[in-house]
Amino acid sequence: MLCNLCQKNPATVHLTEIVDDQMSELHLCDDCARKKSIQMEQQFGLSDLLGGLVEYGKQLGAGADKAQGVLQCSACGLTYEDFRKIGRLGCSECYTSFSKQLGVLLKRIHGATHHVGKAIPTTAPQASQAPPGPGPGKRPRTKTVDLEELKVRLQEAIRKEEFEEAAQLRDLIKELEKSKKTNPKGT
Amino acid sequence: MIIDDLINRMGGWLKGVGPNADIVISSRIRLARNIADVPFPHWAKKPEAEHILTLTKAVFEKTPLLKDSLYVRLDDMDSIDKQFLVERHLMSNEHAVRSAQKALLVNPDETVAVMVNEEDHLRIQVMESGFDLERTWATINAIDDSFAQNLPYAFKPEWGFLTACPTNTGTGMRGSVMLHLPALVMTRQINRVLEAIAKLSFTTRGLYGEGTQASGNFFQISNQVCLGQREEEILDNIKGVIAQIIEHEEKARQALLQDHREMLDDRIWRSYGTLKNAHIISSNETVELLSMLRLGHDLGFIKGLTSGLINELFILTQPAHLQKIENKKLTANERDVKRAEIIRDRLAKLS
Repeated sequence: MLCNLCQKNPATVHLTEIVDDQMSELHLCDDCARKKSIQMEQQFGLSDLLGGLVEYGKQLGAGADKAQGVLQCSACGLTYEDFRKIGRLGCSECYTSFSKQLGVLLKRIHGATHHVGKAIPTTAPQASQAPPGPGPGKRPRTKTVDLEELKVRLQEAIRKEEFEEAAQLRDLIKELEKSKKTNPKGT
Repeated sequence: MIIDDLINRMGGWLKGVGPNADIVISSRIRLARNIADVPFPHWAKKPEAEHILTLTKAVFEKTPLLKDSLYVRLDDMDSIDKQFLVERHLMSNEHAVRSAQKALLVNPDETVAVMVNEEDHLRIQVMESGFDLERTWATINAIDDSFAQNLPYAFKPEWGFLTACPTNTGTGMRGSVMLHLPALVMTRQINRVLEAIAKLSFTTRGLYGEGTQASGNFFQISNQVCLGQREEEILDNIKGVIAQIIEHEEKARQALLQDHREMLDDRIWRSYGTLKNAHIISSNETVELLSMLRLGHDLGFIKGLTSGLINELFILTQPAHLQKIENKKLTANERDVKRAEIIRDRLAKLS
């Protein structure tokens, strides 16, 4: 079998990847495999110090693997595992695909969860192709979410020992309860 | 405009003017921006990266603020030219090393530079001489606004501008100020200052940004946080920190003048003497000595110099610059000879 990348040398390194029950295989020769791993190492070596991103990403990634198979961006195909290795996301849509993990990570890096700086103008051009919309379960949580439902999900998360998720839910519930108190009629 | 035109002029940010120009060399802001739904450069396939180049070039051409700019693709550029652009602080080393499907735009006075397909689709940089983040921000904000009217930026209201690395998510902005702090180094206070800065979540880098060591008493200080603060707030915080460092450096200079005048005289005049007379000089030694020359000029010891001339010597004596001036490849030894010759020549013209 010839190497999938250079199509010249015999393949000696075989990689198998399982994404959503779909198995894909990559066969590489020694040279191409080495290049690929150096490429990844260099990209990571040059990356910013992410304040423990690697270790942290491992924990997040491991949790995700157990719960829902391989996490992968629906638009560009980058897996969370790839991101963990190279320290770079694949496209703007990755922010939707990995929103849960990135929410936690961004808070850890910046100590904040919301952008308050400049925004793009309302007259800004739209992307040529419409980005694939988030699935029904992936929609970002907003304040219109029912408080009771959140509490149920919190219990669920604690039961499953998904503590990152639980912490996020807890904060969200606190926030909602606080805003209810100051604005009893609801928004 | 072509690259070779740059060698005979000096970037606007090197004029050595502007607020606190004795301690602050330059103020710089960069914005990381991406196009929605196109993979980020490291993950993009060749046609996708080409698409970004075409899309952005068309927008550059109709942006009035970038009139008469130099636009180059780096793919086939020779390594000396690429190094030359890095030495002028117009692009990163990373951009020079991996140059397939990458481009650079530079405005005529070299205060604006835009890297295409570096870590993000666009890295916009504006640099000004002295301590002037307001002016720098006004310029870069206007360029960014103009791009935003014509390019579908990757943006999420919740998280702001979406970038390849999550450390830049939010404003995508890094503001940095290049400082010359010889007195804090000589009085051994610099580590305390740098530690305090790190606690406030600012980073310190060397002359050429990310991954470079501080040398010749030059330090670049910049913000780390990009999310949860407005651009103006982030810049105000930097300004506050820099103002304090300037004050410490000024006090340290006064203390040296009062208590160690002979030592100071000796170091400054020896450095001047070496620069005026050396026939072989390495780039490291040059940076160290020019730092002392700059201090001598700032304190009024050495007359007839200008900050602009000292800055020019910093830039011209770098390896790729020497080779561009000679218009041929030079060995390290040949460069050390040529470097000494240029410095002697410039300094002799003064006296």
